Amino acid sequence: MSDTQLAWVVWAVLLPLGGIVVNLVVGRRLGEKGIGAVASLAAGGSFVLSGLLALALLQHPEGGIYRLATWFNLGSLTVDWSFRVDTLSVTMMLVVSGVGTLIHIYSIGYMHADVRHNGDPQRFRRFFIYLNLFVAAMLLLVSANNFLVLFVGWEGVGLCSYLLIGFWFEKGEGGLGNARAAKKAFIVNRVGDFGLLIAIFLMIGAFGTLDFDGVFAQAAQAAPALLVAITLFMLLGVTGKSAQLPLFVWLPDAMAGPTPVSALIHAATMVTAGVYLVARSQALFLPVPQAQAAVTWVGGLTALFAATIALGQYDIKKVLAYSTISQLGFMVAAVGMGAAVAGIFHLVTHAFFKALLFLAAGSVILGLEHGHEHAGEGHDPFDPQDMRQMGGLRKRMPLTFAVYLVGALALAGVAPLAGFFSKDEILVAASERFPVVFGLLLAAAFLTAFYMGRQLILVFFGEPRSKAAHHAGESRPLVTMPLVVLAVFSALGGALNLPGLHSLEHWLEHSLVGVKEGHFVWAVALGSLAVALLGLGLAWLVYGRRAPTEQDALARPLGPLYRAFERKWWVDEFYRLVLLRPLGWLAQVLAGPVDLGLINSLGDGLGQGSQLSANWLRKLQNGLVRSYALVVMVGVVAMFAYLLWVR
Amino acid sequence: MNAWFHPLVLITFLPLFGLALLLLLDGRNERSLRWVALLTSLVTFGLAVWALLLDRQGALTELSLPWLRLGRLAVRFHLGADGISLLMVLLTTFLMPLALLSTWTAVQGERLKGFLALFLLLEVGMNGVFLALDLVLFYIFWEFTLVPMIFLIAIWGGERRIYAALKFFLYTMVGSVLLLVGILFVGLQVGSFDLPALIQNRATFAGAQTALFLAFGLAFAIKVPLWPLHSWLPDAHVEAPTAGSVILAGVLLKMGAYGFLRFNLPLFPQASQQLAPWMAGLAVVGILYGAGVAFAQKDWKKLVAYSSVSHLGFVMLGIFALTPQAVSGAVLQMVNHGLSTGALFLLVGMLYERRHTRELAAFGGLWKVLPVLSALALIVTLSSLAVPGLNGFVGEFNILAGAFNASALGNVWFAGLGTVGVILAAAYLLKMFEKVFLGPLVHEENRSLADLNIREVLTLLPIVVLVVAIGIYPQPIFDLISPAVERLLMLAAQP
Repeated sequence: MSDTQLAWVVWAVLLPLGGIVVNLVVGRRLGEKGIGAVASLAAGGSFVLSGLLALALLQHPEGGIYRLATWFNLGSLTVDWSFRVDTLSVTMMLVVSGVGTLIHIYSIGYMHADVRHNGDPQRFRRFFIYLNLFVAAMLLLVSANNFLVLFVGWEGVGLCSYLLIGFWFEKGEGGLGNARAAKKAFIVNRVGDFGLLIAIFLMIGAFGTLDFDGVFAQAAQAAPALLVAITLFMLLGVTGKSAQLPLFVWLPDAMAGPTPVSALIHAATMVTAGVYLVARSQALFLPVPQAQAAVTWVGGLTALFAATIALGQYDIKKVLAYSTISQLGFMVAAVGMGAAVAGIFHLVTHAFFKALLFLAAGSVILGLEHGHEHAGEGHDPFDPQDMRQMGGLRKRMPLTFAVYLVGALALAGVAPLAGFFSKDEILVAASERFPVVFGLLLAAAFLTAFYMGRQLILVFFGEPRSKAAHHAGESRPLVTMPLVVLAVFSALGGALNLPGLHSLEHWLEHSLVGVKEGHFVWAVALGSLAVALLGLGLAWLVYGRRAPTEQDALARPLGPLYRAFERKWWVDEFYRLVLLRPLGWLAQVLAGPVDLGLINSLGDGLGQGSQLSANWLRKLQNGLVRSYALVVMVGVVAMFAYLLWVR
Repeated sequence: MNAWFHPLVLITFLPLFGLALLLLLDGRNERSLRWVALLTSLVTFGLAVWALLLDRQGALTELSLPWLRLGRLAVRFHLGADGISLLMVLLTTFLMPLALLSTWTAVQGERLKGFLALFLLLEVGMNGVFLALDLVLFYIFWEFTLVPMIFLIAIWGGERRIYAALKFFLYTMVGSVLLLVGILFVGLQVGSFDLPALIQNRATFAGAQTALFLAFGLAFAIKVPLWPLHSWLPDAHVEAPTAGSVILAGVLLKMGAYGFLRFNLPLFPQASQQLAPWMAGLAVVGILYGAGVAFAQKDWKKLVAYSSVSHLGFVMLGIFALTPQAVSGAVLQMVNHGLSTGALFLLVGMLYERRHTRELAAFGGLWKVLPVLSALALIVTLSSLAVPGLNGFVGEFNILAGAFNASALGNVWFAGLGTVGVILAAAYLLKMFEKVFLGPLVHEENRSLADLNIREVLTLLPIVVLVVAIGIYPQPIFDLISPAVERLLMLAAQP
């Protein structure tokens, strides 16, 4: 590829930053439409550039590296602002900027209503500035050519996540709920980033470089113990960013952000960064099966664990949030076991259908808010995200229902929608390499179908269970148009890597190491389809036949188990008890008794000591000539003694 | 060149010229007093930039004149600047005008003249410390910084200003006394106080180097402050006026770290090597301890003060990792801390002027009424918690990466535990940001606060610009300091 073509990648990263500058400088005069248009055009421009890069890659699939400048060069370590154009990075760029652009467009309509509902229209511009910043950081993450530039994007998206979760920073539980959720997300992610940083330090020591090519070329000769250390610390980073066990706790709270944020950052793109990292670093994982197993197990356990929690949620977005954690578990397991193509395939299809589901959920929320105001109950406390307040929206929001159905079935893994094919590839790989994890994933797939069936029924079927639901109406075209586009991709996305054709596999072969040819196993495919249909059918049996009540239909038959689902297995409470409380207490002890007590007394002791010695010394200067004479005489004697005997 | 017009002499003593002008002016003419002080500091900054340009062309010379003779001992008037010194002088002269701008309305009345005079006097001392290459000359400048700062705290400070000033004085003096003993000892051994001569003849006092390292090091460690010698710092910071805090955190603390680099490493190489793990250990304790204590603070300024203990812990860890990467990171981090913590103190001061309190509990939800201040505060906070893309990250990353792979420290635990400090920084800084700027506006009196005026924006903006610029393109600074760092490390590596 020519340098001119390679330079497009830089422009793709810079364009959204340009959007920020424009909106900062003249945004106030542009009005909402103008602000939204600038931001969307910036993201759309990045998408066009990504598309051009993809076309160029068709000619030169080996891609290339574009070095912009030296970031810093110290001792023997040089880190450049350099970018990597290959099939993997461009695939990610297409997803990020493509889904990103659609969500920008959707947000123009959504945020118009949201800023008014929340009573601060001035904040419209700020939202798009953050969103553009996110796109830039995420594109940097996936197009970086070394681990440190990747880390800039990695923490950059985390920062945007912080800002956007706390977008309505004065709202939420007690007025502080959203701000706390944002802080929690950042700090939990920092715990993960700690792991990634240590991995980077280890790589510097071992390989002397952070460039992907330099690191991967030396990986084969590296000591296995070292690689295990690097990859396991990296895994800690993955569990933070991609919300896996044990660091997943921030993602459900992150739903405090506006719904487009949940769709873009907390479902389609940012949270998949961990999956991308492991896929990109396959050369480090492949030589050490222990590390591969660790990643696979983390993914498999998370997939099942999060799916159980999704069963017990009533908030429409929380169900989707736990579903995201669960699906990320599928992807992490896939890249862990070396089925990187399957992992990326699922990443792409999931970006389509989960973005679709979140945005459609946003449309439902708008519909309910609209209905709530229409019903003349504008000031009553009302949670427009509580599925117990919904029902019967099928007739009131037909378009939203149609696209939601597509998304839900794709997620459940019903053939021939996108999710079926990508999930199937993961299951095939697992069945051959990790039979127990295969079992976990299959169970998770069953639960996925079940909780999506439950959600569909609670939201769209039956009769409206609140006045707001009764008066709900369909959203504006600006909101629904992106939904239709995403629905088409969710339906047809499987075509990317159809069995027999394997187009995605052949595309990614150029940038992923250790790609094994995928194959289609009828038994697994039929099994997973059966599991999906069984889950949906069972959901219909449990929820579809009678009107839902305040208590979930499963609460009685499952008893304490269901209580555990509802209460998220008490993980937050556990962390509070064993980590946050003791640490907070420790900080208090350090600040109080230790610092103000012990260490401070060192200093005050110094003061008193000098005062004491001063008092004592003062006695020497008593003004009496005879005592001075005595001192002089003692001195003279001592000097003589020294000269006579010692020398 | 005439010695009077040597760039380094001008940088050091130009503030005295401004001081003389101040004394001539009528004390009631506050406006011209302020402008004289501000312009003096701006010209001094211009001179520092000029010196930098000269240095980049290789045209910056040292100045060494015979000065005092004490028997067979000679004290020379020796000023010189390598990259590290230049960077510190740039930092000092950059922060001075901003600190003065911040006092525009905060300090008023008949004593304004004295306040400004002390500030200019302080600048003489600070620039001298970073430029002096004769130990006696250095010591004079070192002590010279103490006096104005004590008066600034004791006269313009808060309620417990006398206690804080006294504590600051006592701590510093304990260190200074031993430093003086150390200087006299090496001077008498070698017959000169000139640093190059001392380095060349360091074998003469090699036998006592551990004791000397400690004698020098105590003064520097108190100034840094290295844990557990820090307890003067929170009191001094909380009681000092805003501009005093900015200079205290931004420059005076750096003098301690600078002292270790300039004197302990080249003069006492073996002791530096041997004690490196101990120093790094105290540094890491400081990182974690400072963060923990900062987290528990209810007073905003105290929180920032303890965050300095944590941040300077990174600097000390970097210095005693004794690798080019870590030491360069540490030098950059000295600048970064001056910028981000200086800016944090400016912000605390700006809100204090509006609300007359620093209690975190008195704020909350300020973003809604103060969008400009909050946005700038966000960037500064992010710089302080080392978000990549901003300056703090480049410094901390290179410190930790260098220390992680440093043979002088022998194992990875120092850097590994230090990296935990990166998590803790997020905890206490985001808590701070949340308490002040996020959440609902609970206090009525906050509802009518005015956002930043032009002067205040001009005070913060230069810092914010540098925060971003250094984060993205720090290489010019590394190019400036790397030769100096490598020279010092080479001296520290030879027996």
